[in-house]
Amino acid sequence: MENKKHYVIIGGGIAAVSCAEGIRSVDKDGFITLVCGEPRPAYCRPLISYYLEGKSELERMKYRPDTFYDENGIDVVFDTASSIDTDTCEVVLSSGDRIAYDEVCVATGSSPFVPPMEGLETVEKRFGFMTVDDALALESAIDENCRVLIVGAGLIGLKCAEGICERVGSVTVCDLAPRVLSSILDDSAAKLIEDKLTEHGIKFLLGDTVARFEPNTAHMKSGENVDFDVLVLAVGVRANVSLVRDIGGNVGRGIIVDNTMRTTVPHIYAAGDCVQMADVNGVERVMAILPNAALGGKCAGVNMAGGESVFDTAAPMNAIGFFGRHALTAGSYEGDVREDSGDGWLRRFYIKDGYLCGFMLIGDENAGSAIGSHAYDRAGIYTSLIRNHIPLDTVDAEALLRLPSVTSMTPEYRRTKMAAWKN
Amino acid sequence: MGVEFIYPEFEVVRNSSRCIACRVCERQCANEVHSYDPDERVMLSDESKCVNCQRCVSLCPTRALKIVKSDCTFRENANWQSDTIKEIYKQANSGGVLLSSMGNPKMLPVYWDKILINASQVTNPSIDPLREPMETRVFLGKKPRSIERDEGGKIKNNLTPQLELSMPVMFSAMSYGSISYNAHKSLAEAATRLGICYNTGEGGLHEDFYVYGPNTIVQVASGRFGVFADYLDAGAAIEIKMGQGAKPGIGGHLPGKKIVGDVSRTRMIPEGSDAISPAPHHDIYSIEDLRQLVYSLKEATQYKKPVIVKVAAVHNIAAIASGIARSGADIIAIDGFRGGTGAAPTRIRDNVGIPIELALAACDRRLREEGIRNDVSLVVGGSIRSASDVIKAVALGADACYVATAALLALGCHLCRTCHTGNCNWGIATQRPELVKRLNPETGAERLYNLMTAWRHEIKELMGGMGINSIEALRGNRLMLRGVNMTEKELEILGISHAGE
Amino acid sequence: MKRVVVNEKWCLGCHLCEYNCAFSNSGMKDMVKALKGRDIFPRIRVEDGGDITFAVSCRHCKDAICVKSCISGALSKKDGVVTIDKSKCVGCYTCILVCPYGAITNDGEGAVQKCELCLSTTAGTPACVAGCPNRALTLDDDDIETADARG
Repeated sequence: MENKKHYVIIGGGIAAVSCAEGIRSVDKDGFITLVCGEPRPAYCRPLISYYLEGKSELERMKYRPDTFYDENGIDVVFDTASSIDTDTCEVVLSSGDRIAYDEVCVATGSSPFVPPMEGLETVEKRFGFMTVDDALALESAIDENCRVLIVGAGLIGLKCAEGICERVGSVTVCDLAPRVLSSILDDSAAKLIEDKLTEHGIKFLLGDTVARFEPNTAHMKSGENVDFDVLVLAVGVRANVSLVRDIGGNVGRGIIVDNTMRTTVPHIYAAGDCVQMADVNGVERVMAILPNAALGGKCAGVNMAGGESVFDTAAPMNAIGFFGRHALTAGSYEGDVREDSGDGWLRRFYIKDGYLCGFMLIGDENAGSAIGSHAYDRAGIYTSLIRNHIPLDTVDAEALLRLPSVTSMTPEYRRTKMAAWKN
Repeated sequence: MGVEFIYPEFEVVRNSSRCIACRVCERQCANEVHSYDPDERVMLSDESKCVNCQRCVSLCPTRALKIVKSDCTFRENANWQSDTIKEIYKQANSGGVLLSSMGNPKMLPVYWDKILINASQVTNPSIDPLREPMETRVFLGKKPRSIERDEGGKIKNNLTPQLELSMPVMFSAMSYGSISYNAHKSLAEAATRLGICYNTGEGGLHEDFYVYGPNTIVQVASGRFGVFADYLDAGAAIEIKMGQGAKPGIGGHLPGKKIVGDVSRTRMIPEGSDAISPAPHHDIYSIEDLRQLVYSLKEATQYKKPVIVKVAAVHNIAAIASGIARSGADIIAIDGFRGGTGAAPTRIRDNVGIPIELALAACDRRLREEGIRNDVSLVVGGSIRSASDVIKAVALGADACYVATAALLALGCHLCRTCHTGNCNWGIATQRPELVKRLNPETGAERLYNLMTAWRHEIKELMGGMGINSIEALRGNRLMLRGVNMTEKELEILGISHAGE
Repeated sequence: MKRVVVNEKWCLGCHLCEYNCAFSNSGMKDMVKALKGRDIFPRIRVEDGGDITFAVSCRHCKDAICVKSCISGALSKKDGVVTIDKSKCVGCYTCILVCPYGAITNDGEGAVQKCELCLSTTAGTPACVAGCPNRALTLDDDDIETADARG
């Protein structure tokens, strides 16, 4: 049929697969080409630390069954895109091949960002920690005696530390920031996480950075020297925006899209870690987390295929845990603070202009107290307040902040969501 | 508080090897018998509060509970039995009239259990109700004495209003107030589905239940609560309550604290005021007075509805029935001394009135002797417990039966006989919202429907066995009954022969 | 779409559904053996709001955000039922963070758990529905998809 549309999805991760699913939910017949930089089917990147920890394995990390691509009529090309030619409506691959498109979704994700560091090139065993290949390479480099230095105490660096800590001699984590997880936690909350990791033998050098590398030593700015066998660089990531920037699309810290996942260039959509969009409060952000990739990708796919979908509930949120201590956070940290805390746990809410705009919940499965081990229970009810922008004066806010419950939402909400209201 | 002398009547036996401390018993006991001890992680009980309603037993998911009668005994004494002694203690403690609920629990004769039913053998064929039609439908009301024809020779319809029932059973009067909204709704819904009637009692008709009007008997009692034109018009029949089997000679008293919200509105009395039904109707001191009320009600409803007069079974019941028949009533309802109640003085409940079996037989005979039996239908109540009781009642002359206790049992009642406390754990005899909601009328109506459907099957089986295919043909057919363990006098009053005769 | 629905008008707050749930998912044949002396981790929770009580369990949302958010692919939707593959779950708790009903909890063993309608443990009727003493819980099996992941 001459009317069949050609869809090209650049990227092979969660957003890309979700985009394909979104397209297929509307258009069963169009041609879908997926340009995938990694030579493997989509897998869940956050699982690579669990892989090292022995909690997952390559087969189980697959995001979709092997049959997914065939069943959905997706043509997979293992290559990367070098540019988009908007005049001829073609995606140009690194191999030089060109793929004609009607609609494109850019789901190129992000890449590790490595600041210039003196002597870094002299370090033989240095790794990133983003992909399965990174994890496999790291795995082959470590043994039970080796000393590992991780630069970066963010989500990636710490998960890496947890993943390998039982398999190596020692782990040291350094970060320029004065605390761990500096992008999602403040000092007191971060301390709870740091303590847990310290309990498991992980050493921290915070507020400190590497001034100069020698092959097996890091000379810190503070004057301290750290000897290591293996170096992991987890300083940060940057959105891969060049494909869109090069064709004149608006980019900020990520590719700018509206709530239908359209970029400023016609027929070009974007989704996943590479985009920057308005969160539920209207603040433009890069929200590089898996749920947003899945939801944004699906939305992009539906719209590419002529359907109508809006993704306007993006919110920054993170669930991360180390050795049974979990931090569940969402939203932004501004406004009045309501806090309750104890040994190994913390519940903190940020309230502004009558809305819940953010929270941090930290609890520990092994906490001695019931409240400690349930500190993050049913956190999604809070997330829902943020994502759906529910004014606190329409719910029983006091009760909710004490204990999340559907009861404390409005009666209509309760009845329509929980019950088949037949009387 | 001094020593009260009374040891708890029941023991809560908890099988600790089965109890999982889920606390259902604690949450479901309105009497607060059960409690949870978080230190030892075990359930505790205060048995002095237990009324043996079996709610906890029924809901315990591991069957870890049972309630048994305490075997703590007084020294044996055939004259001073333990119940008697305890009543003395209670009165010495409180100085008050003893109150009880539900029917007379004393060891007085149950004549139904001394009457046996006949069946066909060899010389007359029995009927298989699964193969042949059986009629259980009855029409209550005055029957014409003769056929009248117009000038053209066509039969004139001289039939007065009748109450049609698919089977000879109705749910007897229980007021909204004494029982809950959900209990009422269950009864109304079931009666409608069954094609029979339920009875409002003297509490008026809740606005939500007017839709069940065609299956509702609206009661007019001495307090006249909730009576107005729309109420009378709503029902299929109107019942004048003169007396109640559980407490003949006295009225009713619903305390002001139960007169709240809908109960107050339905009864048409202010919230918090005591609902006192006087012992007599103050406008009825004679059969002539009764006749005035009967005809007032007929007049008010354009003679479209049969009027029932309900009386308690007392000593000279036959003469009373004769008078009622002559008052213009279409149906006489007689309530025996084992009939239930939401609250009655214990002494009255246990000592006043006579058995319904004897009252029924006496009334039926008297009305027949006076040639006025067909002027009225007879409905009897006061502990009709099963399909065979219904069959026996019909054979003794009843047109239909009233059942209430059996209906409440179907709704979950376990006959703990503490209705008067208002803490019914089964959501029946209570107005506490958190208890009322325990009775989902959907299940309630279903269970009542099941019970009556089962009875109807059994009635057909029993009729078939006797070779009778219409319930009308059984009415007053005393040849189908024989007595055992009875004196000549008893047999004479019942009008039946002894077994073997 | 199938899901357990509660009519708060009839929910007594007796919490039996929680125990029936825990028993049904224990894999044991005897409730006493399964639950005695243990903290239970039911997949349905009775909320007590003073005047009203009602049980909350998974809505099996049309566009289930938990499924979309699962980093391990452990949560998926099959035949209208959101199910959890515990062998895949790594216990990151992202689903707990996103479920607007709070219907996903940790299972005490490092993974998460949720109502799966007793599909693998009983035939036909979920244990909470079967054991509800007041028919407050019913299994809804109509095509109306009211619940959605927007919560």
